[in-house]
Amino acid sequence: MATGEILLLVFVFVIAGFLGVELISKVPSQLHTPLMSGTNAISGITIVGAISATAAALGTDGYISNICGFVAILLATINVIGGYMVTDRMLEMFKKKGDKK
Amino acid sequence: MSYEKVSVVLTTILYMVSSVLFIRGIKLLGKADTARKGNKLSSLGMLIAVVTVFLEKNVTDTITEGVMGNAYIWAIAAIALGGIIGAIWSKKVEMTGMPQLVALFNGFGGLSSLLVALTQYMTDKSINTFSSIALGLTIAIGAIAFTGSIVAWGKLSGKMFKKNVSIPGKNAVNALLAIIGLGGVVLYSLSIAGVVDTQLGDIGIIVVTAAYLILGLTMVVAIGGGDMPVIISLLNAFSGLAAAFAGLSISNSVLVVSGCLVGTSGLILTLIMCKAMNRKLYALLFGSFGATAKKGAAGEQKEPKAMSVEDAYLILEAASSVVFIPGYGMAVAQAQHAVKELCDKLEENGAEVSFAIHPVAGRMPGHMNVLLAEANVPYEQLKTADEMNPQMSNTDVAIVIGANDVVNPSAIDDESSPLYGMPIINAFEARTVFVLKRGKGTGFSGVENPLFTNDNTVMIYGDAKQTVSSLVSEFDEG
Repeated sequence: MATGEILLLVFVFVIAGFLGVELISKVPSQLHTPLMSGTNAISGITIVGAISATAAALGTDGYISNICGFVAILLATINVIGGYMVTDRMLEMFKKKGDKK
Repeated sequence: MSYEKVSVVLTTILYMVSSVLFIRGIKLLGKADTARKGNKLSSLGMLIAVVTVFLEKNVTDTITEGVMGNAYIWAIAAIALGGIIGAIWSKKVEMTGMPQLVALFNGFGGLSSLLVALTQYMTDKSINTFSSIALGLTIAIGAIAFTGSIVAWGKLSGKMFKKNVSIPGKNAVNALLAIIGLGGVVLYSLSIAGVVDTQLGDIGIIVVTAAYLILGLTMVVAIGGGDMPVIISLLNAFSGLAAAFAGLSISNSVLVVSGCLVGTSGLILTLIMCKAMNRKLYALLFGSFGATAKKGAAGEQKEPKAMSVEDAYLILEAASSVVFIPGYGMAVAQAQHAVKELCDKLEENGAEVSFAIHPVAGRMPGHMNVLLAEANVPYEQLKTADEMNPQMSNTDVAIVIGANDVVNPSAIDDESSPLYGMPIINAFEARTVFVLKRGKGTGFSGVENPLFTNDNTVMIYGDAKQTVSSLVSEFDEG
């Protein structure tokens, strides 16, 4: 990795951090749970890293790294699918009330 | 342009699109009427990101390999299996079981990032020094998020770690583990930089993994149930940060952006929770709340007055304004549907009914809102402490259901109380206060609650769901 690329990644890291603060600072308390489980699902983005790392591992000797990668994809998928579905279920309940108005 | 260049440009653009969808999704998640759309947008972002990684060169390169060397087969098998497990769990879970499921998912996210780092450590022999630092930190944060979430899951589901174990010299132990672990990261990075032996680097990785797995355990095991909303949001932030560091390590921008978004938004939510409890995050993690909590002023102890359901009904029937104050006890008793029924009966009877919800009532942020939404309580009836407190003195009956510390008046007037300064719901100002409680114990903090012995307070002992249901049937008969 070239120095420029490293600096750019650090740049993106810092900007994204501040963006997160700005996005969340005003959220009504009734949405705290869906927000938490929704962002929890997003943290399953590590699935992308897991697939990439598994692909790299398959090109090398030794099977431990392959299994590690496989389990990483598996766990990240549970996090992603479960997280989004549970959040949607919760938000659906909030929705019902809106319709009754 | 060569195929390789097209591939890089295409994947970069797609990752950018996916990052924008995450940002937009989180933004919309923060507003009630757009939240569901926000969640869908962010899941679309995730889908795009996953499709994109399948187009990356190091993944497409494996397509010509045999079954055991083909990344698509491995990935699709893992995704299919994980998808089924995730879908089943999320469909099956009761709304009352939500906090532990979120904790469990979070732990999986953390462990996944940890494994990504370990996989890269085992296979990437051309790693540079910067990536090696990021890799070490991914292991550290992922490990803490994993064991911390598992302990939180155990505590919330009542399966493990129920007691708040106080570890002697906890802070010293935790600080030591943190430093030893970071030492492991340094050792590994130095080995990558060529300063020390490769074998020392391997030891470094083992040290950081072990130290931070233990740290997650020792950090969370000492934390009580009432502090769970804070710790769950903090662990959520950690698993996001772990993904972000994994992104720095494998130089993947979408991981950095979305991981960092989750990291900081989780930290903000953590601070909101801390504020609602008037606690400093530092004190929560490093203090020993339960141990220093005084058991209230001994001496003149008044006995709380108990009341039967029949008598309580007579008071409720005459009430023209009623406020429910739910807490974790309502979740335990699964009383939310019965409460909604009682709420309907009271409204039929001409009373004005609202719900006063404390931000940290329950075991995760917004826990009570989710349960009451499940029981179809209209959103307009759910009020925050700030909205409700000015009206409290005009309220005929306040019904406290399984809440304790969030209605403890010591927080206002007793400077010696550990709760002093915490914003509460002023239930004691209501003309009559019903406290639905299983037994005579104190709340999780172990602090005496003078509300229970006030002259205008009556206790209705028993299972909250049963009590509320009997009140409902009193209305039916009356």
